[in-house]
Amino acid sequence: MEKQFNRQSQTKSGRSCGMEGYNFAYLDEQTKRMIRRTILKAVAIPGHQVPFGSREMPLPYGWGTGGMQITASLIGSEDILKVIDQGADDTTNAVSIRRFFSRTAGVLTTTKTIEATIIQTRHRIPETHLTNDQIIVYQVPIPEPLRFIEPRAKEVSRMHALREYGIMFVKLYEDISRHGRIAKAFDYPVLVNDRYVMSPSPIPKFDNPKMDRMPALQLFGAGREKRIYAVPPYTKVKSLDFDDYPFEVERWPQCCALCGSNNSYLDEIILDDKGSKMFVCSDTNHCNERVIKGHKGNQKEPVEEAQNSTMTGARKCA
Amino acid sequence: MCMKDSNHIPLLKVKSISKYYGRRIGCSGIEFELWPGEVLGIVGESGSGKTTLLNCISGQLEPSEGAVWYASNGGVIDMCIAPEPQRRLVMRTEMGTVYQNPRDGLRMHVSAGGNIGERLMANGLRHYGQVRRKALNWLEKVEIDSERIDDVPTTFSGGMQQRLQIARNLVTDPRLIFMDEPTSGLDVSVQARLLDLLKGLVTELDLSMVMVTHDLAVTRLLAHRLIVMKDGKAVESGLTDQVLDDPQHPYTQLLVSSILQP
Repeated sequence: MEKQFNRQSQTKSGRSCGMEGYNFAYLDEQTKRMIRRTILKAVAIPGHQVPFGSREMPLPYGWGTGGMQITASLIGSEDILKVIDQGADDTTNAVSIRRFFSRTAGVLTTTKTIEATIIQTRHRIPETHLTNDQIIVYQVPIPEPLRFIEPRAKEVSRMHALREYGIMFVKLYEDISRHGRIAKAFDYPVLVNDRYVMSPSPIPKFDNPKMDRMPALQLFGAGREKRIYAVPPYTKVKSLDFDDYPFEVERWPQCCALCGSNNSYLDEIILDDKGSKMFVCSDTNHCNERVIKGHKGNQKEPVEEAQNSTMTGARKCA
Repeated sequence: MCMKDSNHIPLLKVKSISKYYGRRIGCSGIEFELWPGEVLGIVGESGSGKTTLLNCISGQLEPSEGAVWYASNGGVIDMCIAPEPQRRLVMRTEMGTVYQNPRDGLRMHVSAGGNIGERLMANGLRHYGQVRRKALNWLEKVEIDSERIDDVPTTFSGGMQQRLQIARNLVTDPRLIFMDEPTSGLDVSVQARLLDLLKGLVTELDLSMVMVTHDLAVTRLLAHRLIVMKDGKAVESGLTDQVLDDPQHPYTQLLVSSILQP
């Protein structure tokens, strides 16, 4: 809890040299070349999954090995890297990957979205609009959106090739018939460039509209599944839906308790065992920037209030 | 035949189809024509190449030799050499296949409504309400309680699964249905109901059908014409009553005489 409110924007941690005995950014040059070739192909066919020879990385599959390999093969000494995990710069995954690249590539790192040239992310897209000189790298656990409904890989690749995506709508149909609405809240399937159905990685569907015609290059890496795919800048990305059940994003009953933002993705935080909770921005950088600019939420001293359990659910935003 | 007068070309024209599995013969030199509204039965003992033939003409298996001309809505195409996208489009809009085992034809973890709706959505329908309405409509047509629309097929009886398979195939109003032993594995009373339903649907929707079966009673009830197969070859063909009442080939005679008379 304490940690949540002591976030510091630790900009530009010192520039150190690459680790002794390791190549720049860990991977050897041949591997980087192979991955860059894969990325080029992926960019050329937006949304299409391109296989690549995924390497062992010094952390387990599922921790972002795919994203790290993309970052490692793109990063140059002049780049500034930001790594987020669930929107936050200070969670384990983000901290360790950021440290990995500052040690193996000696690059500058930042927590500020606007400063970064490469942003590696797990589960979120930053709230700040990305620009066309930035690259966002997604960590992807399961790249195949059709897998859970059609387990045969051969059949699935044929469906992609022939653009037979009726089955994806069967999934949405099942959701509506069971829950009365499309219940998929993350990893919500999208149609890229009117051609390929793509898994946007487990970002909340709140972030899906941000992918549409995004000025930044979007790259997706799945290390275990050995796939890379991409959405080039300014490409159309449409979330799948029905005419009578249109796609919509999450809404919250409150604003961010810290910065009062009413248009960012909020995390629900349980404060005690008496049912008190607060909603705060999941994008820590966005939240901090707003607090610095003087925006306030309904909690001025969140830690003390939390301890006293005086929070009530329905307060007005600042 | 009177059907020839109303329609000038056959719906399906099979030209000397052969399928070899290495040196083994699956089926060899089969030829027939199927006219709109006609039901063709293919009978024979197990291993005689019935299913191989059906798979070849329904585009699921590539034949070693021969051609299958299909008069689609967009013109006559050769199913054996047509490009895959075109072939698959025709197969999911104008044709349907009902398998012997419902597990091959249904998505067992998807609800009945989803199973029926899949082809509609594959053909571009993007309106939940319409998919739902059509699914309910078809459940009613195949005599499945509309309350079961959100249940998965694993909770259905064998006969219901088979009827669901039929609904799933007929929802796009196809012109041609392939059936591979649709009634085997069902008990006699359920079989009778299914056949009754099929007979009604065939006349109501003016369907053409190629039906593989080893059950001569089924063909007697449904098929207009019969092809008798043995060891991969068609040994006899003709009108159903003609073949069953006056079999010419010794094998057909054996087959007909082996039916138990109740």
